Amino acid sequence: MADTTQILGIFDHGAKAADGARAILDGGLGDVVAYSPVPDHAIDQALHVGVSPVRLFVLIGGLLGCATGFLFPIYTVLDWPLITGGKPLISIPPFVVIAFELTILFGALGGMASFLWLAGLPRVTGQPAPDDRFTNDMYGISVTCLPEDADAVRATLERHGANEVKG
Amino acid sequence: MSFAKIDDDILRTLRAPGPMWYGGMLLALSAALVGLFAFLYQARTGLGVAGYEHPILWGIYITDFVFWVGIAHSGTLISAVLFLFRARWRTAVARAAEAMTVFAVMTAGLFPIIHIGRPWFFYWLIPYPNERQLWVNFRSPLVWDLFAISTYLTVSAMFLYLGLMPDIAAARDRVKDWRQPIYKVLALGWRGTSRQWQHHAALYGFFAALATPLVVSVHSVVSWDFAVAILPGWHSTIFAPYFVAGAIFSGIAMVITLLLPLRRIFKLERYITVHHFENLAKLMLTTSLIVSYAYLTEFFVAWYSGNPFEQGTFYDRMFGQYWGYSWMMFTCNVILPLLLFVKSFRTNLKALFVLSIFVNIGMWLERYVIIVSSLSHDFDPANWAGVYQPTWVEAAITIGSFGLFFTLFLLFIKNFPALSITEMKETMDRKAEADPAASWPEPV
Repeated sequence: MADTTQILGIFDHGAKAADGARAILDGGLGDVVAYSPVPDHAIDQALHVGVSPVRLFVLIGGLLGCATGFLFPIYTVLDWPLITGGKPLISIPPFVVIAFELTILFGALGGMASFLWLAGLPRVTGQPAPDDRFTNDMYGISVTCLPEDADAVRATLERHGANEVKG
Repeated sequence: MSFAKIDDDILRTLRAPGPMWYGGMLLALSAALVGLFAFLYQARTGLGVAGYEHPILWGIYITDFVFWVGIAHSGTLISAVLFLFRARWRTAVARAAEAMTVFAVMTAGLFPIIHIGRPWFFYWLIPYPNERQLWVNFRSPLVWDLFAISTYLTVSAMFLYLGLMPDIAAARDRVKDWRQPIYKVLALGWRGTSRQWQHHAALYGFFAALATPLVVSVHSVVSWDFAVAILPGWHSTIFAPYFVAGAIFSGIAMVITLLLPLRRIFKLERYITVHHFENLAKLMLTTSLIVSYAYLTEFFVAWYSGNPFEQGTFYDRMFGQYWGYSWMMFTCNVILPLLLFVKSFRTNLKALFVLSIFVNIGMWLERYVIIVSSLSHDFDPANWAGVYQPTWVEAAITIGSFGLFFTLFLLFIKNFPALSITEMKETMDRKAEADPAASWPEPV
């Protein structure tokens, strides 16, 4: 990857940035990373962003929580059998409450952990984004391309209305 | 109106605070310290300094616990339930309500600890392998409470943090003072790439979907603390929905109480409009009607049951030694909110503010009436003479809880965006897409 170069196009509108990104990808000019102050569906479509796998981890967490919520109380009552209130040791109805809460807790924790992992967070070193304005009001299209394509990339970004092109 | 303007307007609230903020902080912190002092005094002297007297062994502390858990509920309702229903007006009020939720649960969580005789052993409620080789009793509603409240705190804190993350990143890039390194750490290096937004949006939706049943379950579990006991006035199947509706009712009242001054102090009239308050007022009216219906149902069930103890408890509630509290509760929660049927009242912010305070008081009294008046009128007529008199320690700890809550809230609004910057921008974007000529609504 040593022989690639980075070019950054800065746009004032999401639709323009999406068009620019689509043109780069359609032309096979390089890889694109898009930055935006808000989630932008036009950019998502241009970059073919699919369904997030976070949902799988929420499901796994939830199922694990539900199982824990039943199995753990059952284990504890068998570990030290102590009848209270004349109720059976393994009383499913009260354990449903524990299972319900743990389903939600583990589902949420699973979702949060997978989000951080998939989104590459926390990112401790280096500059968060190549330009501070991407959290404010500007959109960025960062293109990783071969040096010989750099001029074509710059021209494409400018043609699609980039306010600035860097690199 | 542009994205940059939204950033400027909302991040402006993070600038050096003015005298009103310092005044509020001083008041809140003093109240919190009074509460801390009273708690330390009680811990040192013993629980006898609280006004418990057989058979009334649950009093103000449990009232406060239920009250604060209830306050927490509207935050999740606004941020999660209204999100799922795509009620876009929630954007302006969601952040403050979510923060309120987290701080209210934190405050509520202290009360079971304050209420127990040896607060330093509170961790005995947590099931862990220990030297006593004992496990907790999972059939006890108090253990359900522990699971429900800790899950609620964890999930609502994560929900708040997830929504805040892009906004903290905006603050990191814009606020150039001593807090910048803190924002840098808390933003976790958020970059706003399409990949990050993709997972962020997915998880936000799931959190909303998980928080919705959670919010219903938490106050249901709290209500079962009472309903699984056989005491007349507590042992009722309507308690779970009745408590959930009451919780949302009181929570919305607290949102109005907090947002009106916030909007004024930070000059956010452009973002939090009368329309938002009117919508909150409508929600408050709806939940008030549900609560009123539950009150009437309780009385009907007591009468229809033919059980003299049940009937006696409810007669005593209205005409016994606690009659004043009950009638005040009815006035605040049933009669006064009917004013909200009038549009000119709903859109009069001063009137709404005053009403929201009455509702807060009424809902606190509701819990007091349920707990104390029911306990005072159990199955043994010999116990009926006892009158519970709260002591200064209980009053001070209650004041302290308000102090703690407001301290946390004031610290939050001065250091984190009190409105969701991202959602404000999204709403603006959507409006522009739908009608490019439409301008941002002007302040009313």
